[in-house]
Amino acid sequence: MATKLPPVDIVIVGMGWTGGIMAKELGPTGLKIVVLERGGQRSPQNDFAVPLIRDELRFSQRHDMMMDTSVDTYTIRNNPSETALPMRRLGSFLPGEGVGGAGVHWNGVTWRWPDHELRIRTKYEERYGRSFIPGDMPLQDWGISGPELEPYYDKFEYTAGVSGRAGNIKGQIQKGGNPFEDPRSRDYPLPPLVQNHAGQLFAKTAAELGYHPYTRPTANASQPYTNPDGMKIGQCQYCGFCERFGCEANAKGSPLITVIPVALRNPNVELRTYTWVTKVLKDSTGKKATGVLYTNVLTGEEVEQPADLVIISAYGLANVHLMLLSGIGKPYDPETQTGIIGKNYAYQAGANINLFFEDKSFNPFIATGGWGTSIDDIHTNWEFDRAPHGFIGGAYISVGGSNGRPITYRPVPPGTPQWGSDWKRATAKWYNNALTIGASASVMPNRYNYLELDKTYTNRFGSPLMRMTFDFKENEKKINLHAAKIIGDIAKAMNPTRMSNPAPRQSWSVVPYQSTHNTGGAVMGADPANSALNKYLQSWDLSNVFVTGASAFPHNSGYNPTGPVGALAFMSAEVIRDKYLKNPGPLI
Amino acid sequence: MADENPQVGRREFLTGVGVAGAAAATALAPVAPAQAQVIQAAAPAPAAKLPDGYMFLHPQEAQFVEAVVDHMVPKDELTPSGTDMGIATFIDRALGGSWGKGDRLYSQGPWGKGTANQGYQLPFAPAGLYRAAIEGSNAYCRKTFGKTFDQCSADQKETFLKDLAGGKIVLSGGLPGRAFFDLLYQNVMEGMFADPIYGGNKDKVGWKMLGFPGVYANNAENIKKFSDGRRFVADPTSIADMS
Repeated sequence: MATKLPPVDIVIVGMGWTGGIMAKELGPTGLKIVVLERGGQRSPQNDFAVPLIRDELRFSQRHDMMMDTSVDTYTIRNNPSETALPMRRLGSFLPGEGVGGAGVHWNGVTWRWPDHELRIRTKYEERYGRSFIPGDMPLQDWGISGPELEPYYDKFEYTAGVSGRAGNIKGQIQKGGNPFEDPRSRDYPLPPLVQNHAGQLFAKTAAELGYHPYTRPTANASQPYTNPDGMKIGQCQYCGFCERFGCEANAKGSPLITVIPVALRNPNVELRTYTWVTKVLKDSTGKKATGVLYTNVLTGEEVEQPADLVIISAYGLANVHLMLLSGIGKPYDPETQTGIIGKNYAYQAGANINLFFEDKSFNPFIATGGWGTSIDDIHTNWEFDRAPHGFIGGAYISVGGSNGRPITYRPVPPGTPQWGSDWKRATAKWYNNALTIGASASVMPNRYNYLELDKTYTNRFGSPLMRMTFDFKENEKKINLHAAKIIGDIAKAMNPTRMSNPAPRQSWSVVPYQSTHNTGGAVMGADPANSALNKYLQSWDLSNVFVTGASAFPHNSGYNPTGPVGALAFMSAEVIRDKYLKNPGPLI
Repeated sequence: MADENPQVGRREFLTGVGVAGAAAATALAPVAPAQAQVIQAAAPAPAAKLPDGYMFLHPQEAQFVEAVVDHMVPKDELTPSGTDMGIATFIDRALGGSWGKGDRLYSQGPWGKGTANQGYQLPFAPAGLYRAAIEGSNAYCRKTFGKTFDQCSADQKETFLKDLAGGKIVLSGGLPGRAFFDLLYQNVMEGMFADPIYGGNKDKVGWKMLGFPGVYANNAENIKKFSDGRRFVADPTSIADMS
């Protein structure tokens, strides 16, 4: 029998970026807010102290700060005819755990997804006709436009301390920025990071070939910075231990050093660590949440926390899992294409190529997480004609290079043996003389890419695991091939001593790391017939439940998701504060 | 490009640290300890010496692992042999510790064979897999070459490891050789390139082979100086060097 606690006004599930944004924005209302976080507290001065944080084995290989798959994981398969098996250890993607969530160990890349992504179905139908969209692709608008989201992108960029150069301020194209971005109200809070040698070479060649290179925006601070909440961010030291690590210089825009401490200044905001939410509870009508049930993971005790408003702000996949476990919304069925929860799950496609230069050193270990030099000519560029290529979406292409950590970063030309003296010689020769051109490609929804509860495997709390059925479909394969051709052409023009063949991603494997950009499953939209949430991230089914995070995305862009994840959370928080709390009920 | 200025080493590091400390001090107080660590780093730290011997591998397993790491990482102009680099020690410590016992590994059945895309699906934690697979590998080598792996010629070792990597070998009891190889190869690379505090990469020789400067990396100034194709060279620092 669960211990029932006194009710509170708001319960927030998960203390990462979006839980932190919600708690910070709603804290000043004075309402009693409890944030439940399944992991422990983190302290930058202890957990990220040098030298212990610079341990590739512990943090990168053994996933010290990530989700523990012995407690909870996902079952996975490529298509419905296969038997799903558990992801027994992390590989393909790396959800976080503990206060700050994946916002502690992310790289920092922060994009604004443009209007033609948010109104994707409308825009593609207008330009290419209805028949351009395949029948098995449930492509849908997000219920929101680029201009509506712009002030919240701005708010997130200034909160996280993003370094970059604007490409379009109020319609004026800016030199050195991305000319294809939507108009923005002002520049980034910080100037771009230093461009490395690999980025300079790529930019020069790409420009000569007619592309439009720019420095990629990222929440790695190019200078010391104080954000609008008065939180101090230090200067990036280009240490090469960013993604998968915490930042000892406090130079990475992380919720741990921005929104979370600001939220916790409010005495009415309480953070409870080591609390694992197993269910959102509903009243007898099933139309209203009454609170949540959680397990105190330190004692095993079950606790009921009643609340008037429930905000689900865990990692995107965990949000969908909790909704399925709680019976919020109808689970999706791919055969009948009915139901909502679990549909439009998407991941990240792409391609890459390695280049080797006998006469140039790139010092891969002098690096910051999200920096890079990119082109958006076949991605955010709406003028790019997709008709001859037959795909929706696209890929942005970059030279980044976030690290030279040697357990995983040891590029060698094709044909190099895997071991022995010749392997060592090639590894030593090329370690400092290689660069990678990568394409990060969008994934459009497919009726057979979806999430549901597994029927066989359970987690440590006795709940069914969530089952992921996913593979890259025709649309992704076409993008990958086109992107592979372009990166191959640019690579040749850069005139390397050696190069690999461009490698487009084929079938999805859970083994090698690809990206932590899991999107969809609890998607936002304009119509309850095909979406779980309205544009304010409010559940259509239970109006006192809001769900933040990339689980709300109806498709995945080539762009990293954290920009719109943060912007949508800021917008939702504002609407909850200014409208919902004054008159609780459906906002639309 | 030239291998620019080999003196760029600790002096550059210390300059970099000053800048880092100043920048960080304007940001958040907790950075002060970093400066203290740097001062300590300037004094020579005693080399971390691990005791010889094995905590997990029994003698025949140790012979197998030493033979594998010496074959994959032979002594040559770049490094000592894999065993002398501590790679076998690293593997022993990894298997004897929590990772070897299945830390963070989801261990609920049923056990399906699965596709390659579904990843590792055996009921073994790494230590158990090594134990069974080394026995199976020696049995396979005895049957194929008439001797245990460690007694095989270099060519025979090469053939066995290539076939194991290529998924051509099923070990006794039906154990898939490829699953063992994947783990073994990963551990050899880890033992060669992880921080020496784990028993491998002795004297940072794996890092020296590459030119990886190690854990000390305040590069806000270096990025400006070395963005033109020149090589940044420094004596690598390890966790022990800075502790």
